[in-house]
Amino acid sequence: MVDYIFRVGGEGGEGVISTGEMLTLALARAGFEIYTFRTYPAEIKGGHASYQVRASGSLLLSQGAAVDVLVAFNEEAYQKHIQDVRPGGVVIYDADSFSPPAYDSTICYGVPLTSLATEQVGIKLTKNIVALGVLAGLFDLPVATFEELLKERFGRKGETVVQKNLLALRVGIEHAKQVKRRDAIRLGAGPRKTKELVLSGNESLALGAIAAGCRFYAGYPITPATDIMEFLAKELPKVGGCVIQTEDEIAAVGAVLGASFAGKKAMTATSGPGFSVMTEMVGLAVAAELPAVIVDVQRVGPSTGMPTKTEQGDLYLACYGGHGNCPRIVMALNNVEDCFYGIMQAFNLAEQFQMPVVVLSDQYLGHRKATVPVPDPSRVPVIERRKPQGEELVGYKRYRFTPDHISPMAIPGMEGGGYVAEGLEHDEGGYPAASNHENHLRLTRKRYGKFVEVEAIANDLVRVHGEPHPEIGIIGWGSTEGVIREAVQMATAQGYSVGALHPKILYPQPLAKLREFMQGTKAVIIPEVNFTGQFATLLRKRFTVDFIQLNKCIGLPFTPKEIFDKIEEVAADVHGGRRAHAAAL
Amino acid sequence: MSTAVGELTPQHYKTDEHPIWCPGCGDFGVLASLYNALAGLQVNPKDLVVVSGIGCSGRTPGFIKSYGFHSVHGRVLPVALGVKVANPALEVIAVGGDGDGFAIGGGHIPHAARRNPDLIYIVMDNSTYGLTKGQYSPTSPAGFQAGSTPYGNIEQPLNPIAMLIAYGASFVGQGYSGKPKELADLITRAMQHKGFAFLNVISPCITFYNTYKVIPPRLAEIPKDHDVADRAKAFALALQTDRVALGVFYQESRPTFEEGVAQVMQKAQAASPPRLDEIFAEFS
Repeated sequence: MVDYIFRVGGEGGEGVISTGEMLTLALARAGFEIYTFRTYPAEIKGGHASYQVRASGSLLLSQGAAVDVLVAFNEEAYQKHIQDVRPGGVVIYDADSFSPPAYDSTICYGVPLTSLATEQVGIKLTKNIVALGVLAGLFDLPVATFEELLKERFGRKGETVVQKNLLALRVGIEHAKQVKRRDAIRLGAGPRKTKELVLSGNESLALGAIAAGCRFYAGYPITPATDIMEFLAKELPKVGGCVIQTEDEIAAVGAVLGASFAGKKAMTATSGPGFSVMTEMVGLAVAAELPAVIVDVQRVGPSTGMPTKTEQGDLYLACYGGHGNCPRIVMALNNVEDCFYGIMQAFNLAEQFQMPVVVLSDQYLGHRKATVPVPDPSRVPVIERRKPQGEELVGYKRYRFTPDHISPMAIPGMEGGGYVAEGLEHDEGGYPAASNHENHLRLTRKRYGKFVEVEAIANDLVRVHGEPHPEIGIIGWGSTEGVIREAVQMATAQGYSVGALHPKILYPQPLAKLREFMQGTKAVIIPEVNFTGQFATLLRKRFTVDFIQLNKCIGLPFTPKEIFDKIEEVAADVHGGRRAHAAAL
Repeated sequence: MSTAVGELTPQHYKTDEHPIWCPGCGDFGVLASLYNALAGLQVNPKDLVVVSGIGCSGRTPGFIKSYGFHSVHGRVLPVALGVKVANPALEVIAVGGDGDGFAIGGGHIPHAARRNPDLIYIVMDNSTYGLTKGQYSPTSPAGFQAGSTPYGNIEQPLNPIAMLIAYGASFVGQGYSGKPKELADLITRAMQHKGFAFLNVISPCITFYNTYKVIPPRLAEIPKDHDVADRAKAFALALQTDRVALGVFYQESRPTFEEGVAQVMQKAQAASPPRLDEIFAEFS
């Protein structure tokens, strides 16, 4: 089974990213599953850039472990990445730039990329296309796909540019024939025959928002969420929607709430620093019972933190940010495909329960690309908010008490529906009741009462991988799902009794499913990409279980091996009689 | 825009809720003028949205029979923008005080002004924070003595009219709550204006900063021959702060934000059919 990891590294601006992107698309079109991993500097110009793509004949769950093929445009790239290349892996380096040490345990092919580009193509900038040609030639990648991609990518720049790039590709392919081969990596065509899309998490999320009926977006640029706004700025007007780049993040959610009040499905997306200042509006949406979707593509915090690096550090803020008793729904997205369906579910929850839904993604998920089957929006039937009808508009009460705590919501323009959306505590009719003590309790109960139904949905949305009743349980959230799943597969293959539960809704928590899953476990591991174990802390409030935390806090995602190692360690403790938690479930 | 529905009198726009304002508050005059302007234009209450921030004036939506949105402190303009863009057929009136607008919400004003959404923004300017019992506000005079300035205000007041002209508001006017007839006319002109119409309305706080005696002698009419299209002259007029000139300082006609949004949609739809599967095809 084909399963290879390619990594390209070099100076920012040398075409590293475009090389990676074209390689990714070519591999996807050739019928492979792909999974990219991007790490890049926070600076715009210069600095080191790299792009990694894993290609396989079967479903990919993680970025993988060791690199099989490294393309190093300069010595820095070589030095930075060589320790990630597996022994016997291939290094293709620009021989015009540097030479790797002779004792290297990898197979090194020196290719004079710069001189091939300058002398045979006549344009130094085409050296990354020459490199693509070398990759295609060496590893038997479909040349026609690359040619097609170059025509698409450079078509707008005119025929001369296209021809030069096609020439650069051929130069690379020809050069590859002269290389004395010492490796056995050959890809050919992949097994998948059906067409799939190549989407980043952010793109998939934006598409899902359109499918869910989002027609209003307001936001403020922030890494790593900006591309959601840029995507929607291009696509949303096509379906009659609009995007506003507001003066700050508070204005963004303010406009979203205004639009939602006026009847539109509305969303904003940001990252931690933006979400921090948005919290006053979360409270307003809760008090006024307005549907709204707020996406937080998490990055390393606190404060400005590490803008281009990943972390799962905003869970507390998502669940508890804001003053007062302030119930909102918090969801986390698990993988690129799930970004599409997950955001559709987020809109449904917001509309159904008339409350803000905070959706957590992260840099790792938002910026990586993967092959996904063409999305089928009909898999998530779209829900619209409950509106008053007929009799309900006579003596209309916006916040009328109902058995399920959801009141029909009038939209401006409806005869008889006039009301004031209130941030002040109010009565059923929406009239301010800031000194009515008993009323405050009734309204608070109404707002929290919606959680009964939300929790039932949360229980339906959990996913379990591996054994449903394992000896060693793993509970994860968000973008770690694939990595955990791969680790569970590794551990199961070694004979361990392991299973993983991954809730989609984190607040309120799917308590019944969590309880059921943990029953009979001897140990429960909670891996999180943060320092203190934020989800573990939330669960400790609900379960007296001695959770074992596995925390990573270096701005990078877990690898399956790291989780597998923890499973082994915990299993050794369990079997050595050093651990057997008596869970009070 | 607003639909005519037979004969609506000012009384039609009153709700059962009695204003919480102190007797003699300037905001009563502003509210009465609003009722009159709305009746004059026969605005259908079902198509009217009154948006506010926090402060005494922030309670206004509850007193007008319409849809309302009592948002949070300083955020009236972003919320009003969202309402208007979501449904351009609605008549949107944003209201607030000088603290709400010029202090905590000051960052939103330039952007509302330059975007030019077709809504009106009335600031009930009493130069104090009435709801928190009389601290100095961005329009309080230097020397103003109150709870947070026991030794006198050491700051310069800002000039709302000059500021809004500088920011590019397409309609800038000033009114006084003690002259409700003139104010109703001014509100009417603002509502008839296509674009972002800003009205600074001097609306005294009878409890914490009673200016009922000092304002009237300073009142002046904007000269009859003032050319409202002349931005430089409007600005010069705004800088004459020894008097409080009432009327329209500046007005220009330019495309609204909603018109721009509609144009973007047309451009986007001309380039590609509005279908999700067509959008999917861009990513394969």
